[in-house]
Amino acid sequence: MKKNSLLSKLISAPHIVWAAIFIVVPLVMVVYYAFTDRNGDFTVENIKAMGYYTYVNVFLRSLWYGIIVTVICLVIAYPFAYVISNLAPKTQGTMVMLIMLPMWMSLLLRTYSIMALISDTGIINSFLEAVGIGRIKMINTPFAVILGMVYDFLPFMILPVYSAMTKMDVSLIETAYDLGANKRNVFLKVIIPLSRSGIVSGATMVFVPSVSTFFISQRLGGSKTALIGEIIESLFVKNNNPHLGSAISLVLMVLILICMFVMNRFGDEEEGAVMI
Amino acid sequence: MENKVIIQLKNISKSYGDEKVLNDINLSIRDKEFITLLGPSGCGKTTTLRVIAGFVEPDGGDVIFDGKKINDIPPHKRQVNTIFQRYALFPHLNVYENVAFGLRLKKKSEEEIKKTVGEMLELVNLKGFGKRNVDSLSGGQQQRVAIARALANDPKVLLLDEPLSALDLKLRKDMQVELKNIQKEMGITFIYVTHDQEEALSMSDTVVVMDNGMIQQIGTPQEIYNEPKNAFVADFIGESNILDGVMKEDFRAEFSGHTFQCLDKGFGISEEVDVVIRPEDIVVTDYEKGMISGVVTSVTFKGVHFEIIVDIDGFKWMIQTTKEQFVGDRIGLDIDPDSIHIMKKSEYSGRYGDYSTFSDEIEHLSDVTEE
Amino acid sequence: MKKKTPLGIAYTALILILLYAPIIVMIIFSFNSSRSTSVMTGFSLKWYRDLLYDSEIIKALYHSLIIAFLSASISTVLGTMACVGIERMTKKSAKSLLMNVTNIPMMNPDIVTGISMLLLFTFSGLILKKSDVLGFWTLLITHITFNLPYVILSILPKLRQMDAYLSEAAYDLGCTPAKAFFKVVLPSIKTGIISGFLMAITLSIDDFVISYFVTGSSWQTLPVKIYSMTKRFDPTVYALSTTVFFAILILLILKNFFQSKSEKRSIRGEKTE
Repeated sequence: MKKNSLLSKLISAPHIVWAAIFIVVPLVMVVYYAFTDRNGDFTVENIKAMGYYTYVNVFLRSLWYGIIVTVICLVIAYPFAYVISNLAPKTQGTMVMLIMLPMWMSLLLRTYSIMALISDTGIINSFLEAVGIGRIKMINTPFAVILGMVYDFLPFMILPVYSAMTKMDVSLIETAYDLGANKRNVFLKVIIPLSRSGIVSGATMVFVPSVSTFFISQRLGGSKTALIGEIIESLFVKNNNPHLGSAISLVLMVLILICMFVMNRFGDEEEGAVMI
Repeated sequence: MENKVIIQLKNISKSYGDEKVLNDINLSIRDKEFITLLGPSGCGKTTTLRVIAGFVEPDGGDVIFDGKKINDIPPHKRQVNTIFQRYALFPHLNVYENVAFGLRLKKKSEEEIKKTVGEMLELVNLKGFGKRNVDSLSGGQQQRVAIARALANDPKVLLLDEPLSALDLKLRKDMQVELKNIQKEMGITFIYVTHDQEEALSMSDTVVVMDNGMIQQIGTPQEIYNEPKNAFVADFIGESNILDGVMKEDFRAEFSGHTFQCLDKGFGISEEVDVVIRPEDIVVTDYEKGMISGVVTSVTFKGVHFEIIVDIDGFKWMIQTTKEQFVGDRIGLDIDPDSIHIMKKSEYSGRYGDYSTFSDEIEHLSDVTEE
Repeated sequence: MKKKTPLGIAYTALILILLYAPIIVMIIFSFNSSRSTSVMTGFSLKWYRDLLYDSEIIKALYHSLIIAFLSASISTVLGTMACVGIERMTKKSAKSLLMNVTNIPMMNPDIVTGISMLLLFTFSGLILKKSDVLGFWTLLITHITFNLPYVILSILPKLRQMDAYLSEAAYDLGCTPAKAFFKVVLPSIKTGIISGFLMAITLSIDDFVISYFVTGSSWQTLPVKIYSMTKRFDPTVYALSTTVFFAILILLILKNFFQSKSEKRSIRGEKTE
């Protein structure tokens, strides 16, 4: 079967070449730009700049928002997924469709709808004014950014958790009851650990875009809540400083890698504990 | 009927990494023969079959088909067809199209295809199943489609890789008879791979017993059963008590502290040998009258007979008898000269043939792991 | 375990209401006769008319569809070929390296994928001495790149599930390896290929962040166009959102309808046999 192995190399060759040019090379470019200045000379200034107060602040804020949004999404999505996974199969299908529908709409349009809702002259403030409470400043606050992210990314948490729950073997839960566990114990010791894979993938799918978004914070957050994404975008598009932009992107990539590693690690340890 | 040789394997060897899967295999297969490759899993029987089909390229040796070397001919140009263990029916085609697959590749006319497919489906008792989806068929029916599909290609040799292993016992027995009939009707060579010795003995003209990548014995089912070449073959085919013995002279062998008359000759004076005695060939008599004697340690009722384990000087014998015995009974045993089979010592000596750890349960467990 | 607690149902309903409230508000106000986003002053289709006559939006939609169709087609072909190769790769380390590299655009934040491609394109622009590289080609290349991992991920499991002996059975019956691929392998992984293609289409149409960095003003896609429109309040965006919402709703309903119909048909088919 020697001919076959040659054929197999040839057939995946276009993809390998493609991946090398358009995946590996661009990442090398990011590293290259991060360590050079405008003249193309080697420099560590861009990386050093990451230590400046402003950037440290932005990084911390982005991570913090990402964590808050992930936790809120999990808290909202988990019971929701649990309830729908216990519905009749037909209703479940409809529910999944209802969750997917907003997800299929552009993120931009969904964010825009929130923007219109909470703006100073939006429908909520008009209502509050009409009933005599008076307007509340909502847009251009951290609250608005977090609300927008939760609203945009909630389906990304619901679907994986839901699918982990539907894959769960019902007989395991019954066995737990049979072995004398009460509802609370079954939930804590069986259902949560078994749906862990869904939680981890949901958390990843919410955390990564939350940390790196630039559109949501731009439209809902104003200038005080600048996040990493916004800084990168403005460095590349407006300020034309791809070197500093690359340095920030590099750090962002590394940070996210670390977070994902920790998250997966956490998951593994949990699994080990359950096995014991 | 001595037909001409159709397939010949000459010094075939094959290794995967350090593991030698086939070690110098030499085998001649005659036209219209039903030949079975028999052995435990990992013995190299399936690899041998795949070498013939062309899916495995041997490291060394020649595959000769009809007098021509076919080592370099790819599978799709060989005049052999294979029945795969899990049938490998094309799920996107219905029964008719599965059977017609090879014919279409040969650009046969639509009329001819219809005729051949019809004949083949009739042969395997699936007339009228043409439009059925293959997923809607039972395991036995899928197997029949696989047979029809392979036969429609008009092969000179049909290779069958444990074709019945996925079926339940009853169906397996029926299919054994049916396969044998099909082979006779079509008049082609069947090369059949199995780990089931009963299947091998009841269906084959020739049985090839393999172990460790080597052929242990080639012979008719009777030869294999009655005159096993070594302890492995004796143990793998049926039940056997295998004892250490010494050939005193021609026709006289000593074992279990007694010298027996036997029909074997040609061994050296006082040569150490392995002695095989089948459980059903031992006659139970009274304690005092027997050639040798021992104590019954276990009795199992098997329907037609009792299977008893007898301790004779520390060696556990298995004996099948129609007379009921009880645990603790002291009994005598007689062995006729033609029930004794003497084998030369081999690497397998001492590894098989003692029933001290025997139990039905273990036997079943090992059956399962072999699948 | 089928328990329907009223509390659970109420909670589910509440979340769904919150999820849909902004969209419903938007739908309502898309029919408003004035620019206000808080007071309905009267019913009008004015904003829909504006949308229809906005040639920029129509052009952007056309661009989006072209890019989506082309990138999905190319990435499906490339991805299918890659899967066959990956499945046959014998070296485990090479296999996992290739898979990991392929998955990078899926794991990386979109913005990083976007800027890294931008760097590659501007750098090649410098070398080729072309100032205006960003446009159709850069967009197409980028979309193919981020579609590939999803296409491969939906085809590879189908290839693994496929009975390994099917190709051998095809060779055995007289197929050359190429014929075996088209007659047996391709039909067996068809569902994976189709779902990979559809996924690539939706990803491509939906993508904003990556496209934003790698396209110029000459080839704006719909999301990029929408981005420039959302800088200020513009009820045409409401009209657009409403149109998109109902388009997706109809597509989803059709999909469910055909799915349940084909399921029923297959059940009925089995019964008649």
